[in-house]
Amino acid sequence: MKSDIILSGVGGQGILSIAAAIGLAAVENGLQLKQAEVHGMSQRGGAVQSHLRLSDREISSDLIPLGSADLIISVEPMESLRYLPFLSPDGWLVTNSTPFVNIPDYPDAEAVVDEVKKTGNHIIIDADEIAREAGSVRSSNMVILGAASKYIGIPEEKLTSGIRAVFSRKGDEIVQLNIRAFLAGKENAAKYLAGSTV
Amino acid sequence: MQKLMLLGDEAIAQGAIDAGLSGIYAYPGTPSTEITEYVQASKEARESGVHSEWSANEKTAMESALGMAYAGKRAMVCMKHVGLNVAADPFMNTAITGINGGLIVTVADDPSMHSSQNEQDSRFYGKFAHIPVLEPSNQQEAYEMVFYAFELSEKFKVPVMLRITTRLAHSRAGIVTMEKRPQNELKLPNDLKQFILLPAIARVRYNQLLNTQGSFAEASEDSGYNRLTEGRDHSLGIVACGLGYNYYMENARRYGLDYPVLKITQYPLPEKKIRKLADSVEKMMVIEEGYPFVEEMLRGFFNAPFIVNGRLDGHLPRVGELNPNVVAKALGKKEAYGADVPELVANRPPALCKGCSHADVYLAMNEAMEQYGKGRVFSDIGCYTLGALPPYNSINSCVDMGASVTMAKGAADAGLVPAVAVIGDSTFTHSGITGLLDAVIANSPVTVIISDNSTTGMTGGQTSAATGRLEKICTGIGVDPDHVLTLIPLKKNHQENVDIMARELEYQGVSVIIAQRECIQTAARKRKMAKAEH
Repeated sequence: MKSDIILSGVGGQGILSIAAAIGLAAVENGLQLKQAEVHGMSQRGGAVQSHLRLSDREISSDLIPLGSADLIISVEPMESLRYLPFLSPDGWLVTNSTPFVNIPDYPDAEAVVDEVKKTGNHIIIDADEIAREAGSVRSSNMVILGAASKYIGIPEEKLTSGIRAVFSRKGDEIVQLNIRAFLAGKENAAKYLAGSTV
Repeated sequence: MQKLMLLGDEAIAQGAIDAGLSGIYAYPGTPSTEITEYVQASKEARESGVHSEWSANEKTAMESALGMAYAGKRAMVCMKHVGLNVAADPFMNTAITGINGGLIVTVADDPSMHSSQNEQDSRFYGKFAHIPVLEPSNQQEAYEMVFYAFELSEKFKVPVMLRITTRLAHSRAGIVTMEKRPQNELKLPNDLKQFILLPAIARVRYNQLLNTQGSFAEASEDSGYNRLTEGRDHSLGIVACGLGYNYYMENARRYGLDYPVLKITQYPLPEKKIRKLADSVEKMMVIEEGYPFVEEMLRGFFNAPFIVNGRLDGHLPRVGELNPNVVAKALGKKEAYGADVPELVANRPPALCKGCSHADVYLAMNEAMEQYGKGRVFSDIGCYTLGALPPYNSINSCVDMGASVTMAKGAADAGLVPAVAVIGDSTFTHSGITGLLDAVIANSPVTVIISDNSTTGMTGGQTSAATGRLEKICTGIGVDPDHVLTLIPLKKNHQENVDIMARELEYQGVSVIIAQRECIQTAARKRKMAKAEH
């Protein structure tokens, strides 16, 4: 088993929490893992990405080779497109549709969504809205994780226990909120694929 | 045995704690910051009394670490690559004094300049100082090599450099820990003159260091970390250093390559192992992260009698960090590539946070400076360097820690009046104070704006040595108290702040404007922590 995942978003959007949840789940599942993060200057509202590699065999490179990622998980639609060169032809792209606009030349939001829809296997859902319904817009990252959960290669219950571990310090209420967001994301992804988008 | 998920930086920190560290000294700098932060947060380290406060800069950190090693204990000093420039003086001389306990100099290089102003390769510094350098290829090795580095350091009585790069520093993997070692007891050096580098003693010490070089080379030859693996295909031999080894192995597995490989993780270079490889292959390729350090040595001035491929002949890019794709290309494999990035994707550079105090400082300063025109503002290293970008376009330089003050002074001396320096609070205590003293002594007409957000922001909000001390420092070194002014950079104070700045720009001497408002990130974190405690 190998699963190469690019996580993307804008600094401060919580992609490292996604990485941590998957990471803890992977370890519990007996997998090897390498996860390259971005710290420092780019974290200040810039484009950030993380390379997350899971495998049942030894992993050499911390970085995913171009054209071989199995999955792009993105909390921001334009950011999901930035890493297309990494995606393998049969890989999946799962992204939030709500743009994070902090630059003056952000493209037309609909054009960005259209561009995502032009890619092969993809799921695009309004994670911000779904997270809001689940209790807080801040858990949109867990909505996207839920939406991508089928393609990670780790059983769902391991992922939810990963989420529990990541948020346990913040109390049970926050844990439950994030698990609700995760499940809502999963459900909405299934709906999207069935053609009834939210 | 325990399995932890750690960043390379954290693996080094845990390794140090487990290997009997007594003190870690550092100034924050990407990608090295998390080493010291991890020790600071470690209950284990706290309980065993490990010193871990931030130092004012890398030089003071290096000297404190040397002092701890003088007293027989194990010390580590950590910095980013350019931090070693600041610490270069004690670093070079530490190799001459030798040490009494154990000393590891951990330096995190940043090839591709993700968060730095250059991509200098610290292995040159290791060679420059004639000390052993270790370059782990993965997180587990980074953990174990801390034990090994202390062993080498204590055996040869010299500092040992642990060189890592961004991708190892900031990449996470599972770590299996080893049995913990106790700290060293306090012990004075046997020779109490060893650390007095008067010329007569320094000459003796330097000769001793040179005489030990053979032992360092032998240790490299014998080291299990420098491993020669046989291969069936002798058309090429691979010399892979540090992370370069991973990128080679990634491709070797993917494409079924079977070249002999010499993995280099310890310097000085193991000459015999390299010769053995060279003798058995048609040509060699050096895959190394950073400058073509090994490649240049293998080629030699007149080119070695064998062919060496690498960064110098274009097989690999001359600049920037390695990745699996550039290594694949060097090995003659067609570059794989997914879909192109759609044209509509715009760049998203880093930016000052919404509500950042630096933004208000720049907006006021731009207005106050308007009548003088562009090109007069020297700045420094920190979040506020982002004031170079739109919409601010406020600053004209960012060179090294503290250079804003001294460059403004030099420009003012040349007649560029007014000349302005914009420097952060932590950068000011790191390396700005001495420059300000120069300006005071010469009474240079400079306006120094200390944008004081009471933290070391860019690296994640570490404590700043300047907090609460700036006014006293400035008046203490002789700035006229009438020209040390504090203002609060907020929108509602904008006009008042513009007026203060405009007035000080007219003053023909040294003035300091302290623009004081806490970093919004640090403030938010403090609020969260306070809430969690209740």
